[in-house]
Amino acid sequence: MRFVRSLGLAALAAGLVLGCGAAFAASAEKGKEAYVKHGCWACHGFQGQGGVTGPKLAPEPMAVEAFTAFVRSTNRAMPPYMEAILSNDELADIYAYLQTIPKPADYKSIPLLNQ
Amino acid sequence: MARKSPQSEPRLEVSRRKFLAGVTVAGAATAVTPPVASAATQATSPSAAPAPRVPSALPPSMHVAAAETQTPKELAQSRIGGVPGSDFMMDVIKTLDIKYCPSNCASSFRAIHESMINYGSNKMPEYLTCTHEESAVGMAHGYFKIAGKPLMTLCHGTVGLQHATMAIYNAWCDRVPVIIVGGNDLDAAHRPPGVPTFHSAQDINAIVRDFTKWDDTPVGLQHFAQSFVRAYKISMTPPFGPVAISLDAGLQQEPVKNNGEKLYIPRYVASSPPQGDTGAVKEAARLLAGAERPVIVADRAARTENGIRLLVQLAELLQAPVVDMGGRMNFPKTHYLSRPPTVVNNADVVIGLELSDFWAVVNSFIDNGEHGIGINQSKVKPDTKLISINSSELITKSNYQDFQRFQSVDVSMPADAEATLPALIEAVRSAIPNDRKAAIEKRGEAAKKAHAEAKERTRQAAALAFDASPISTARLVMETYAQIKDLDWSLVASSGNVSNWHQRLWPMEKHYHWLGASGGYGVGYGAPASVGAALANRDLGRFSVSIQSDGDLMYAPGVLWTAAKHKIPLLAVMHNNRGYHQEVMHVQRLSNFRNRVASLGGDMGPIGTSIENPDIEYHKLAESMGWWAKGPIKDPAQLGPAIKEAVAVVKSGQPALLNVWTQPR
Repeated sequence: MRFVRSLGLAALAAGLVLGCGAAFAASAEKGKEAYVKHGCWACHGFQGQGGVTGPKLAPEPMAVEAFTAFVRSTNRAMPPYMEAILSNDELADIYAYLQTIPKPADYKSIPLLNQ
Repeated sequence: MARKSPQSEPRLEVSRRKFLAGVTVAGAATAVTPPVASAATQATSPSAAPAPRVPSALPPSMHVAAAETQTPKELAQSRIGGVPGSDFMMDVIKTLDIKYCPSNCASSFRAIHESMINYGSNKMPEYLTCTHEESAVGMAHGYFKIAGKPLMTLCHGTVGLQHATMAIYNAWCDRVPVIIVGGNDLDAAHRPPGVPTFHSAQDINAIVRDFTKWDDTPVGLQHFAQSFVRAYKISMTPPFGPVAISLDAGLQQEPVKNNGEKLYIPRYVASSPPQGDTGAVKEAARLLAGAERPVIVADRAARTENGIRLLVQLAELLQAPVVDMGGRMNFPKTHYLSRPPTVVNNADVVIGLELSDFWAVVNSFIDNGEHGIGINQSKVKPDTKLISINSSELITKSNYQDFQRFQSVDVSMPADAEATLPALIEAVRSAIPNDRKAAIEKRGEAAKKAHAEAKERTRQAAALAFDASPISTARLVMETYAQIKDLDWSLVASSGNVSNWHQRLWPMEKHYHWLGASGGYGVGYGAPASVGAALANRDLGRFSVSIQSDGDLMYAPGVLWTAAKHKIPLLAVMHNNRGYHQEVMHVQRLSNFRNRVASLGGDMGPIGTSIENPDIEYHKLAESMGWWAKGPIKDPAQLGPAIKEAVAVVKSGQPALLNVWTQPR
């Protein structure tokens, strides 16, 4: 069973890597909706900033291949999101949304963080 | 409230307990001399010569007017033929310097209630009106963590104690003393029928016995005096904990009778806290002095400011990093040896001080859906030596447990950490060989560098989503700090989860800068504990601030009214993420594990986990109970000015609340 699942995940990851066209077509706007609908915000915050319950996702998200492989196959605290509940298109949209989140200012320029 | 109103006239029988037949009050500390109606006064009472009936058209004479409008003399005077037993109880209570009695009134303790406010002049303790027993115990919980002195609470024996139980459980897990006195009418043949009978039980304390240190049911006044002082002493001996006294309504109401027996009030003498065994202290010192990478982990180690000083001494002596688990304010956050929990991973010796659980400090468990198995691994190397000083081992109970999986340790001291630290420090000082001192100093230099780097990383992480709406928790915390930093502030509670930004970013150094959390994870602690701690801070002239979550406030929001009623200044800045966020994540994760899309039902989180549609207007809720309030604040630019305004209100002596819409964590 584990072997079959691993094969499937490898194929999926390969497909996403090859199918960069899907990333082209991805919609950050739809991705923002999907990010909320699928509960990503719950652990990572609405802007992917992370917190004690989930790591930072944005800005500068990890490479799409690693991101996709993790979402589909993780065995850690975050359960995997299988295609049955999160389509490849939605996943690509979410990644596109994370890419749009701007870098924060240097904390040294924020007076509240220099008290 | 109907549930607590007796449905029949008060009985006049005064002799149903033969064991009370005659007492002379001659206390070691207190003599009872309350007013007693004289026989002459009783003979001329209006009942003996009722006023004649006159036509209503005529103006009443002074005598008639008095008969119609004033309390009849026989009621104005004692009808029980002696000093009420509850007056003697007040004499006992007053010897123990208990300042407040937050309570929700009830018929089963009406006699001691009356004695407290009339005979006792409503001082030491002062009765504080609460709208829920859970709030009353929660207030006592928060109060102790500032004042270091326990409060008592009166509650109805059955339904009231049932309301109070979660707060008592929290106090138990958090090692906080609270003296709970539950009214109960034991004598089935004489107690009023109806509600007072329904609300009586054979053993009211049974419901809290598993999470109190001790309980008793006194059956005589002398028994009460002994039990109350004993209860106080037990609760105030580390490890602290709540205690319960079941107080019979008959015993409260009946008179003290003189049968030649002398009532006395036992003198309270504080017990010294248990210290670690000398041999175990020496062995712990040997391991620490010889360690290459020792780590100190503290949870409820510092009971007082002196505990912090002692921990700093030990840490600097060893140049060992300190992980403060946050059960109390144990170690200054500004100190270069203050480090995050991950530092235990490379330790060769770990000493745990008053840890609620050692297993979780040196093991990790990731819930990946494999229920009870998950990913479970040790964080430390197999040969890492573990030392424990923990007084909780002295009060373990079987039914309710607040420890996790069993962790073997190499040196185990069931003792109070703060009391043991002076001996341990001396033993470590003696055990460090001269040729190790240079290496230890070098360890300190590395710690300073690591601390500075971690501080930088933390601040950069706080900058993420800093301008987001809803407002980021880092922004919430730092906007608050900006407005209070020049005051003598005390963060009395932080309910919900703001990613520990206050712990990571505020320069917490004093014992009252942080009080820890609920202990038992019972949601609903934050609001009442904040009010209780703010009460203690008010008396000390300090400024109290809380981070108040939405879910926590909605358990028993009536405590807001208590704060306004008793003029308890508190700044409550809400972390309103509009959900039971822990459960948002749980249900979302379970949906994923089962390969199903979580059903949201029109809310943000899975059905049953959101507090929205409609949104609760907490600012209006607070306003309706006498608070200054503002909200909802969603724009981060508006937050600072609003907090500034609220701080001015709190400084004037009023409570103030800001309803702030926040990011989830």
